[in-house]
Amino acid sequence: MTTTRRDFLTAAVTAAGAAVTPGHTLAHEHTHDHDHDHQVVPSDPALRVKALESLLVEKGLVDHAALDALIDTYEHKVGPRNGARVVARAWADPEYRQRLLTSSDAAIAELGYGGLQGEHMVVVENTPRVHNLVVCTLCSCYPWPVLGLPPVWYKSAAYRSRSVIDPRGVLREFGLYLADDVEVRVWDSTAELRYLVLPERPSGTEEMSEAEMAGLVTRDAMVGVAKIAAPVEGGAA
Amino acid sequence: MGPIQPEKNEPVFHEPWEGRSYAVTRAMGAWGRWNLDASRFQRELIAPVDYFRMGYYERWIAALTELMLKTDLITSTELESGRPDPRSAKQHPPLTAEKVPFLVAKGIPARRNVQVAACFTVGQTVRARNIHPVGHTRLPRYARGRTGTIDRDHGVFLFPDTNALFLGEKPQHVYSVRFAACELWGDQASPKDSVYLDLWDDYLEPARIDSAV
Repeated sequence: MTTTRRDFLTAAVTAAGAAVTPGHTLAHEHTHDHDHDHQVVPSDPALRVKALESLLVEKGLVDHAALDALIDTYEHKVGPRNGARVVARAWADPEYRQRLLTSSDAAIAELGYGGLQGEHMVVVENTPRVHNLVVCTLCSCYPWPVLGLPPVWYKSAAYRSRSVIDPRGVLREFGLYLADDVEVRVWDSTAELRYLVLPERPSGTEEMSEAEMAGLVTRDAMVGVAKIAAPVEGGAA
Repeated sequence: MGPIQPEKNEPVFHEPWEGRSYAVTRAMGAWGRWNLDASRFQRELIAPVDYFRMGYYERWIAALTELMLKTDLITSTELESGRPDPRSAKQHPPLTAEKVPFLVAKGIPARRNVQVAACFTVGQTVRARNIHPVGHTRLPRYARGRTGTIDRDHGVFLFPDTNALFLGEKPQHVYSVRFAACELWGDQASPKDSVYLDLWDDYLEPARIDSAV
């Protein structure tokens, strides 16, 4: 535990390009202008973050209620249900679909979505011949206003590296087997454009309302690692 | 790298401290002492052995801590004692709960409404420069030296390489550039597939005829 605590301090204090030598992981083996033995930064991330937050609140640098509001926003208000509404609208309304593909920001804003990490949106459409897959190989870029914060797998080294090299293999791991004649387009979110996949509308939805269709749309389909299954017989249709 | 491991019914935050880390990072960003690219760069500066050991939000906190120290928002003594320097005056947070909905809804646009000539046109064959910046860059290694086609012009955006180092925004065009999967990965890739990257003017050069061969 002590080593973890010291590693955190080492990372925090020396991260700016300084080489972290093996000796740095043992506080007593290196010299600093302060004494690590007197520091009270806890080892566990939960305690560490709590101590940091409390310091920042005491200094008047952050507002406790603002932190609660941010967390509440992404736990309860902004998530893949937003994107599902966009997709269902595009399925229901061909003119909206056209606007969504050509002026994505404005079309998404029509439903009241936009903003942080979705300031500049691009929507790419799946068809029987083309399958789109979204990744951020450099970090974890993801369209927050329509999908919320990214899941752990999207941020994992495995997904980030393998999805560009072997997209078909990655899709197979998600249970999606594409025919050889389907074209795969991988979108690496290297700039400030954020990508949303418009999945194919499944059969059996002809009589469904927009809200019912939105209920079928999954996060994974809007990232491009899944298709949307046709509704089960005797269901909402 | 191993298999992708999706988690069923994954929560937004696995532990309360992850949510606090996320929120503290966003709230401290409101001080305007750094920008998104500087934050990303700071996370990239974490030593690789630590980077892969840490969880995602542990990296955020490590980078945030360093940025706060660098910009004198906190001191190392305060960090270690957990208490404010008694000589420092209490401040007023720029991000209050009332302002959160505006931040979320408005975001922090990276597009710049300035007239900058585009160096390339849609349909043009280009090559990603074979450059190796020591600072922050958004030009992935796997594309460097590879030939692709301008698929669309996204317009003018600030340039991360200079922005991350506080050397100016250097606004320029960003393009969606299509690279054939075989150009990037060789014959093991499907000839039908492609990878699209969003690349700035400074990352690209016109492709010479011989480079396409």
